[in-house]
Amino acid sequence: MMDLSHNAQWVLMSTLLLGMAAGIIGSFAYWKRQSLMSDALSHAALPGVVIGYAVIGAKLLPVMLAGAAASAFAGSLLIQWIRSSSRVKEDTAMGIILSVFYGFGIMMLTIVTRMPGGNQSGLDSFIVGQAASMVRQDVMIMTGVALLVLLVAIVAFKEWKLFLFDPQFARGAGLSSRLMDAVYLTVLVLVIVAGIQAVGVILMAALLIIPSVSARYWTDHFGRMLILSALFGGAAGMGGTLISVYGEGLPTGPFIVIAAFALFAVSLVFGAKKGLVHTFLTQKAQKKHGMKLIPQQQLLEKGN
Amino acid sequence: MNSVLSVQGLSASYRKYQVLDRVSFEIQPGTLTGIIGPNGAGKSTLLKTLLELHPKLTGAVSFFGTSYKKAKNRVGYVPQRGSVDWDFPTDALDVVMMGLYGRIGWLRWPGRTHRQLALEALDKMGMADYAGRQISQLSGGQQQRVFLARALVQDADLYFLDEPLAGVDAATERAIMNTLQVLKENGKTVMVVHHDLQTVEDYFDHVLMLNRSVIAHGPTDAAFTKENMIRTYGGAIRWMGEMSG
Repeated sequence: MMDLSHNAQWVLMSTLLLGMAAGIIGSFAYWKRQSLMSDALSHAALPGVVIGYAVIGAKLLPVMLAGAAASAFAGSLLIQWIRSSSRVKEDTAMGIILSVFYGFGIMMLTIVTRMPGGNQSGLDSFIVGQAASMVRQDVMIMTGVALLVLLVAIVAFKEWKLFLFDPQFARGAGLSSRLMDAVYLTVLVLVIVAGIQAVGVILMAALLIIPSVSARYWTDHFGRMLILSALFGGAAGMGGTLISVYGEGLPTGPFIVIAAFALFAVSLVFGAKKGLVHTFLTQKAQKKHGMKLIPQQQLLEKGN
Repeated sequence: MNSVLSVQGLSASYRKYQVLDRVSFEIQPGTLTGIIGPNGAGKSTLLKTLLELHPKLTGAVSFFGTSYKKAKNRVGYVPQRGSVDWDFPTDALDVVMMGLYGRIGWLRWPGRTHRQLALEALDKMGMADYAGRQISQLSGGQQQRVFLARALVQDADLYFLDEPLAGVDAATERAIMNTLQVLKENGKTVMVVHHDLQTVEDYFDHVLMLNRSVIAHGPTDAAFTKENMIRTYGGAIRWMGEMSG
């Protein structure tokens, strides 16, 4: 590990920070029941990347990322609009936007790569991610995004808890759900945009969804869930990058996802609060003590 | 004008169905009002529209002679238990603390005194032993008591409760009704969406009978009559007096 090149260390640092940021904002998405939203938004970022490239005619990262952010926001607005103006449910609207934007992005990509000089653009690395191509500037972007996520989560910790648990009560208490939604969406899009270069638009959602689900198996405490989710995300980011770096040109995204899934599998089985082993042992203990642990009243109320 | 809540010609709809049609009533301070009516009569929608959680089409609402926005911190709301996900990773005390967030101030962290207030509210609901219990491990009745404790720490002057007695055990029902009675005796005003017609006369001094518009409203002994019941529920109900002989 010590013989990692200077550049590889930058890359490792970036994916670690990215994983942590994604773990935290992913937990928010999880409790907003919007895991699919993060998937839709990352797919929706692709056309923006390609258009950003096409407009400038060169690979200028800030422009491409701005394009990604713009098209992800456009995607989220369209999802909101479809949901509020028709009978289409939110998950269906997300499914439509996800595939249409992605399809549109691929179409644009095909056209752009056929343009003179287009096949050297490296645009396809935005699809499955190529962390090895990241440089010092990317680390700075990641650091900025990660610090912002951390700040937002810590400063407004109790507000997030209330907003995610009971949004109606939050409004009654004077917390603006429009403001909370706007902050949430902005931070989510920033993390996605910062991450697509490393993980790619297809697999970015995995880094947002899997660490938070894994963390849920270990704790019944919201704050600890955020911390664990950040740690899992960071570990997956680093683990996947290491494999990718040592594998010489292997794409990063898939290995980050596999690393995240490995952590999920361990959590599913051994998780201290909801893991399969824990559940099995609790049920066994309850059987041993007979049904008296579950008062009849409680059984009756389960129906409601 | 000294009414706590004044509603004039309030209408609201869900998509193309009009659920509330020119609802008007006035609520006096220190009353305990049961809101009754058949399923789909707009009882929950009425609460949500009053609290601006659902848009109104027409009408004017005033709380304590002013707008809801200005009177917000004097109004407490206990939503239906099913409106939140009880699997959320938090404990009973933490949920009650949420009732204090407005007073603590946004972006500030709660302190020891807030914890103490929340514990006292849990104790009032007979839930002191469950303060550290993960909320998914509570029974339905206990969850409802946690919700009421959260409303109590808000220290509001007007409370809305949406079916607090639905599917709860007898002990919880007693605890909740005792608490509401105490609130009323302390001069607070309480409005409760209620389903069990058998207990209306025992529990509420006022009744608001609703079926898309107000059928009857007033002191329970005057308004809760056979004629009004039939007008509210249509032919679908047998009059309680006949059932109990």
